[in-house]
Amino acid sequence: METIILFAPLLGALIAGFGHKVIGERGAMNVSTGLLFLAAGLSWVVFLTYDGQMQQIPVLRWVESGSLSADWAIRLDRLTTIMLVVVTTVSSLVHLYSYGYMDNDPQWKEGESYKPRFFAYLSFFTFSMLMLVTSDNLLQMFFGWEGVGVASYLLIGFYYRKPSANAAAIKAFVVNRVGDFGFALGIFGLFYMVDSIQFSDVFTQGHHLSTIKMDFLYMEVSAIELLTFLLFVGAMGKSAQLFLHTWLPDAMEGPTPVSALIHAATMVTAGVFLVVRMSPLFEYAPGTLMFVTVVGATTAFVAATIGLVQNDIKRVIAYSTMSQLGYMFAAAGVGVYQAAMFHLFTHAAFKAMLFLGAGSVIHAMHHEQDMRNYGGLRKKIPVTFWAMMIGTLAITGVGVPATIMKLGEVPIGFAGFLSKDAIIESTFAAGTEVGQFAFVLLVAAALMTAFYSWRLMFLTFYGTPRGDKHTHEHAHESPRTMLIPLVVLMVGSVLAGMVFYSDFFGHDVAEFFGASVYTNHETNTVLHDAHYVPAWVIWSPFVAMIVGSLTAYWFYIRRPGIPAVLAGQFDFIYRLFLNKWYFDEVYDVVFVRGAKWLGHFLWKRGDGRVIDGTINGVAMGIIPLLTRLAGRAQSGYLFHYALGMVLGIVALITWMSISGGAN
Amino acid sequence: MIGLEHYLTTAAFLFVTGIFGIFLNRKNVIVILMSIELMLLAVNINLVAFSSFLGDMVGQVFTLFVLTVAAAEAAIGLAILVCFFRNSGTIAVEDINVMKG
Repeated sequence: METIILFAPLLGALIAGFGHKVIGERGAMNVSTGLLFLAAGLSWVVFLTYDGQMQQIPVLRWVESGSLSADWAIRLDRLTTIMLVVVTTVSSLVHLYSYGYMDNDPQWKEGESYKPRFFAYLSFFTFSMLMLVTSDNLLQMFFGWEGVGVASYLLIGFYYRKPSANAAAIKAFVVNRVGDFGFALGIFGLFYMVDSIQFSDVFTQGHHLSTIKMDFLYMEVSAIELLTFLLFVGAMGKSAQLFLHTWLPDAMEGPTPVSALIHAATMVTAGVFLVVRMSPLFEYAPGTLMFVTVVGATTAFVAATIGLVQNDIKRVIAYSTMSQLGYMFAAAGVGVYQAAMFHLFTHAAFKAMLFLGAGSVIHAMHHEQDMRNYGGLRKKIPVTFWAMMIGTLAITGVGVPATIMKLGEVPIGFAGFLSKDAIIESTFAAGTEVGQFAFVLLVAAALMTAFYSWRLMFLTFYGTPRGDKHTHEHAHESPRTMLIPLVVLMVGSVLAGMVFYSDFFGHDVAEFFGASVYTNHETNTVLHDAHYVPAWVIWSPFVAMIVGSLTAYWFYIRRPGIPAVLAGQFDFIYRLFLNKWYFDEVYDVVFVRGAKWLGHFLWKRGDGRVIDGTINGVAMGIIPLLTRLAGRAQSGYLFHYALGMVLGIVALITWMSISGGAN
Repeated sequence: MIGLEHYLTTAAFLFVTGIFGIFLNRKNVIVILMSIELMLLAVNINLVAFSSFLGDMVGQVFTLFVLTVAAAEAAIGLAILVCFFRNSGTIAVEDINVMKG
């Protein structure tokens, strides 16, 4: 059954990609979507009937080289089942959604066939992601890791007639290469130290690796710290953490279903998954965990500040995604991997819905994405409005904090409320300075999350229509294929937190995760402590959420003039946020210019002068000179030739006499 | 007593004369033909000398072959020369450079 889940999307991708000429456009879409729904259904069956025993399901023998052995197998444990459900559910809904969204895309002319290609890419992406989450060894994981990279490149650059889409696709690919380089080094290092890349072998070596040192860049460092750090660099690239995040906002150039599938629910969570999967190693690397926490919390904060002032609806949600990923890493960093997985799980539901809702708005507004041109859409697109409303309530974390304090009971609240509070409480319960740092930043980020989410809602659905009048008159609700996924995810955003709270974070957490997440109980009791934090800690994110929401209400409903005044007064900060903390500009100066100069140098001087110059010089200078000389030797006089022959014979005989002839 | 080395010296002398006859001569193509003939004869002397010295008749048989071929070659060479003279009106070696590269 797991094999079917894994290969159904691949089959769908192949049929849709290569067979659409035979079975037709509609057929290709139906086949790939049908197979995805099959995989999603089976995933839920696997998830709900999973008995807690880790299974390895062999698929085929893969790589055998020396002592390296990497067989292709499905590692089925709790983490895998969670990811299976997340990936296939969101993916199948996105497939369905794309029926409506990709219909009559203005990027293509009448009669051009682009939908089978889109569906094939989507299915291929899903296969790669499943490959990643079901992997049984690091090589297999790397394969899936790169597979999602390729699929993401193809999908971001799907509108290949737009130069900006191509640029964004290349940027995503290149920035991810930086992270992948770290990941690959981590794998090499693990193999070097452990002599195996099988998870089962690697996981038992955590304690041993923490006692030895290894050489790296002429320095002697703790093996476990170095290896986990390198693995985390890979996770930073994929999950768009600070310094390697610049690709994610640009990736919004892709069609909106892609943003929902890849850049919210699945691919970007691969980094979080990697850290959680590697928890048996990370648990022994306190230094790396500290780094993970700091990076995660800082990312959550910085991304939220940028999200405050963006005007493109998809970019706001993109920065929100980045911010929420930061939350997950912060949780993993303080050792509460379960909370990270919980947030990953709920975030997939509500963020996919926010993106699909945004796509529905964009669809209604004829591909207008600037929120300044929205306004008053509440009545025009009611279903989308309610979906976005639920999503916003979920992401801002609306719930009843008082219920958290009653131990053993499930708190009441939207999905994001439970998981986000779990993370914030965990960071506080960690008790370390890094934990405090993360706690403060995450609460601040929660405030800003509430602000920008409500800002999005108010700008889009409330107030008076702005922008092109004609577009507003023609604003229409999306077709049913787009609304069904929204409704399904709406249910998920409301219930995912409450239904699974006790499994992921509450009472049954130890039994639920079993051995799939390793916690070193001698040093790490954060998961337990998180349930006994003071009341003000539990209330703080809630208060932050209320403050943020009310500020947004004040700024965008009651006094719409305030934001402009504030932006004028705090010009520097506004510009800093609007320009994304100038990361792109700094990278441009530090890396891109240098690389460009080097490339230009190698092109003009290296290739142009040296290589082309050599070839031209030989072909146009030296060879003609030689031929002229040879031509002059052919005088046509018989006696010259005769002399040449004699001299030749003399030379030959001399050489043979001296060298001894044939002997 | 005239030994093998005398024959070889004579043959070598004749051969070198032939060689120099080819590329020192700037006057007449017929001289070149004669020089070639001279070289062939020098080789013939060598063959006969060694045949007699080693008591092997094959060398003398070879000489007869070479003489035959040389006669044919001389005939063809002279015929070509006659044709050439008819076409260009000269057989001076200095004027013949149609094979110039």
